Amino acid sequence: MSGCRTGGLRRRLAWVAAAVAGLAALPHSAAAGTAAGFVPPAESQMPGGSRGRLIRLGEQLFVHSSALRGKYVGNGLSCNDCHLGRGRHADAAPMWAAYAAYPASLGPAQRADRLAGRIQACFVFSMNGTAPPKHSRAVRALVAYARWLATGAPAGVSLPGRGYPNLPPPSAGPDPARGKKVYADKCAICHGRDGAGQRAGTAIVFPPLWGKDSFNWGGGMHRIDTAAAFIKANMPLGQPNSLSDRQAWDVAAYMDRHERPQDPRYAGDLEDTRRSFHDHDCLYGRSVDGRRLGAHASGKPYDPWQLR
Amino acid sequence: MVAQRLALTLVLVWLGAGAAAAADVANGRQIVLHGNGHGATPCVACHGADGAGIADVAYPRLAGQQAAYLRKQLHDFRNGLRNSEVMQLFAKALSGAEIRDVAAYYAAQPAHGTHEIADRALIGAGRQLAERSDWDRNLPPCFSCHGPRGVGVGGDFPLLAGQHAQYIEKQLLAWKRGTRDNDPDQLMKTVAQRLGEPDIKGVAAYFASLNPAPAQRITLNDSRPAGGPR
Repeated sequence: MSGCRTGGLRRRLAWVAAAVAGLAALPHSAAAGTAAGFVPPAESQMPGGSRGRLIRLGEQLFVHSSALRGKYVGNGLSCNDCHLGRGRHADAAPMWAAYAAYPASLGPAQRADRLAGRIQACFVFSMNGTAPPKHSRAVRALVAYARWLATGAPAGVSLPGRGYPNLPPPSAGPDPARGKKVYADKCAICHGRDGAGQRAGTAIVFPPLWGKDSFNWGGGMHRIDTAAAFIKANMPLGQPNSLSDRQAWDVAAYMDRHERPQDPRYAGDLEDTRRSFHDHDCLYGRSVDGRRLGAHASGKPYDPWQLR
Repeated sequence: MVAQRLALTLVLVWLGAGAAAAADVANGRQIVLHGNGHGATPCVACHGADGAGIADVAYPRLAGQQAAYLRKQLHDFRNGLRNSEVMQLFAKALSGAEIRDVAAYYAAQPAHGTHEIADRALIGAGRQLAERSDWDRNLPPCFSCHGPRGVGVGGDFPLLAGQHAQYIEKQLLAWKRGTRDNDPDQLMKTVAQRLGEPDIKGVAAYFASLNPAPAQRITLNDSRPAGGPR
């Protein structure tokens, strides 16, 4: 029974982490197109020894997160899919900026602990899996990698290039019907007409944007504003800022009209989950084409720790 | 009796339709080896029966290439969307069904390569770009579209592993200069324009050095139909 209690505690901790996560996932407010001044260390500067091995493992898990599939990862995504360039690329939620933002007053151990909690939340939401323990090798490796990327960065500073550049919404609101056309013209070639992504052998090359293999309704990217900001600054790959603001918003709104794995905080009442956790720009719990998004797991007791 | 015959006819028509849609690899082989008898010369002269191509003159390796990609290229040659005097003449002499068969034949050839060994430093630089790239120049890694080790993805992102360096180099330069532009959404063109000539030599040498992985490709989404809108 103590296991249940521990589970409950872990769950509560996770929601605290998730609350922090929600804040961190907000697009930052710096002007779009800001050149990031910070440059993470080159790969050749990676230290040796056991710390180097841990950092290297962190980088590998970051890029090939499917290595943890079935254990901590419950979908077809990798960290690298949203944090482009192995977590280095400015305006694509770089890991050096995420770490730098934790207050200096906390001290290195507390700052690392905050980041570890944030990474756990990523596993629960964006990776639609379960949180590896804070002191697991997986979390320690990912933290070590992020901290190494932030070598030389000031503490407690929101560095230029953090998150995704905030994108003001179109005055009339986004139009998913226009977004559908943007998707067909610009996105489907890689992500597939059904949003399921594409593979080469068993390796997922183009990440699934919705459906069972994508991030769940708690993942930061399910927010239309966050997705629009990411898309504008980074998509199509290799053509950043090529879509108009309007196109980015429209296609983000279109993406949000599709079903995805349940929000792990769902406890049986969709409206309740929406009220408690979705007071932001998203379609969770809303009716789309006569069906309520997120209603697919109704009536089923949900254990976020066994979400697959 | 009449009803039975009608049913049998329907079944035969249905089977016939199925056969018409499926590629005829044997017919593809026939065209590859002997041409089609009305204008298309045998492919074997330049690409080989095994699809090995000829490195020195930049004739591409076709063995193991995705059939959908080969179909699209042949349709693009036929429609004048991709330049090459020789290939345009050849493709114009092929019917849609023949394009499908030839593509299926080469796709079915084992993608074994004579992986070309060039300067190690050049290959290393190419690998760096292919795998990690240079995001400061907004260059995504080649792997992010062509798959790990360039094994190819779907019908739009061709197999690169084991392709001849001369051919890759020639194509990247063509994209860079604007003489090739049949890529969907200018995905390749925008990347090629940001590549310097040393980058191009590097990635070409790197992919040519790879032994093409066994054809183990799963496509979740078959891409747009061959010859459709670019």
